[in-house]
Amino acid sequence: MLKKISNIGDCGIACDFGDEVSKKTNKEVIKLFNFIQDSVNNKKIKGILNYTPSYNKLIINFDLEEVRSQEIIEFIKDSDFSKIILSEKNKTVEMPICYDEEFALDIKRLEEKTKLSFKKIVNEHLNTDFFVYMIGFVPGQPFLGDLNKNLNHDRLDTPRVKIDKGSVGIVEKFCTIYTFESPGGWNIIGRTPLNLFNIDKKNSSLLSPGDTVKFKSLTKKELLSFKNE
Amino acid sequence: MSSFFKVLRPGINSTFQDLGRFGLQHLGIVASGCMDRLLYCNSNKLVGNNISEGALEFAYQGPLLELSGEKALVAISGNVNFKIQKKSGQTIVGKPNESFIVFNGDKIDILSTVKSVYGYFSIFGGFDLKIIKGSSSTLVKAKIGPNDGNKLKIEDKIFYKKSYSKENTKKIKFFFDSDNTIRVMKGLQFDYFSKKSQENFFSKEYKVTNLTDRMGMRLEGEKLENIVSKNIKSEGITKGSIQIPGDGKPIILLSDHPTIGGYPKIGNVITADYDKLVQKTPNTKIKFKLVDLTIAESAFREYVRKF
Repeated sequence: MLKKISNIGDCGIACDFGDEVSKKTNKEVIKLFNFIQDSVNNKKIKGILNYTPSYNKLIINFDLEEVRSQEIIEFIKDSDFSKIILSEKNKTVEMPICYDEEFALDIKRLEEKTKLSFKKIVNEHLNTDFFVYMIGFVPGQPFLGDLNKNLNHDRLDTPRVKIDKGSVGIVEKFCTIYTFESPGGWNIIGRTPLNLFNIDKKNSSLLSPGDTVKFKSLTKKELLSFKNE
Repeated sequence: MSSFFKVLRPGINSTFQDLGRFGLQHLGIVASGCMDRLLYCNSNKLVGNNISEGALEFAYQGPLLELSGEKALVAISGNVNFKIQKKSGQTIVGKPNESFIVFNGDKIDILSTVKSVYGYFSIFGGFDLKIIKGSSSTLVKAKIGPNDGNKLKIEDKIFYKKSYSKENTKKIKFFFDSDNTIRVMKGLQFDYFSKKSQENFFSKEYKVTNLTDRMGMRLEGEKLENIVSKNIKSEGITKGSIQIPGDGKPIILLSDHPTIGGYPKIGNVITADYDKLVQKTPNTKIKFKLVDLTIAESAFREYVRKF
């Protein structure tokens, strides 16, 4: 439930859905996100520049020349966004992943820490229906959840300076996919050859907040011969 | 014959920018766009362009460009030191904030910004830039934008759309804002900081460090003590947010900021003071002043009148 709306500076607002990080909370955020996106596309409200969902908040940025925060706050308070049905807006994506040891940099450490076998870790990961909580930090990078409790693990003490594009990492109950080569502290368990981001495509990001991701195992050979559309 | 500027020296951080790329932050794409909106708009106005026409933004040292082709009406906005080297060998001291005509073989040498960081270079009719998702802004870290999303580099050719039509030079009065007070509204996690730190934040000076670029501005000064939690659940970021990581040193998030972040935010710079902020050079000492929404909105109305 929407708990509170606050100003962020003079051209932003934060819609806060509470402190809990759960699919239930995030689904409420995504409903408001979808509602704002539709309202912008159908020109029901003017001046909105960006709307960014995260685990438990939706941040809206607007053009102060066109609209003031009070108008947007009233527009949201008067709306019925919680009645939106998410399945009509969101999709399920099959995500190829290769767990070969060349790419699963942290799997040995995870085996030790979680006392689970490699096979068990992979099976848990493959059998999870991941929900896309949010996309961001850098273009197209998804934050997925929820991993089973027995796989929950902290971030690396010392982040890696360089993580290859396509690396799949886990931290706590979340899973992410690096869409650009970057530094990072997530436990890397595999690699996807699928391109998650292409600015030249109509839908630049393969995934959207609220989508579902199911991983599918590839051999190293299949990974190397994989062709993106 | 197609006309272009040849890049003989790229400058430190020269990128094409416009007002920004909007509506995509939920996919991790930050708006980017010009750092100093007023100067950017002025550079377009000086050559008679629409304000959404992409301009070349430069920082500290700008590029050295040689025109190859038809004469062009151009302008440089900002507190900028530059010269024009004529094909004849003559050198002319350039006048910023005033449009001028350059001819085939002329070189424009943008030497430096003076007591400021950013300046803009525009041409009548606009540069021939690839528009991506409605914008010609460049986000270097994700390689999004014209010039394949890169900064200018040596030997690049910058093509422009129209040749020069009629003589129509203009001047805009430039105002150098030496005031170092930046107005700030309370951030979402203002209450995470001790009373003492809240007071320090609005009374002590903070020094701009050289770890400052289009993504963010790192400051040094009295450390801010977080008494609640050093991390928050990652949430969407707004330009001008002042986040305080575990080390207690503020980072102000600027135009190319990450789209989400997990550090508590003590404040947000108001829109009317953003241009002034981004022009502060390393080692400048700035002070923050707490304002509320009413003051921020009226400051914005005043800011808009400058355009």
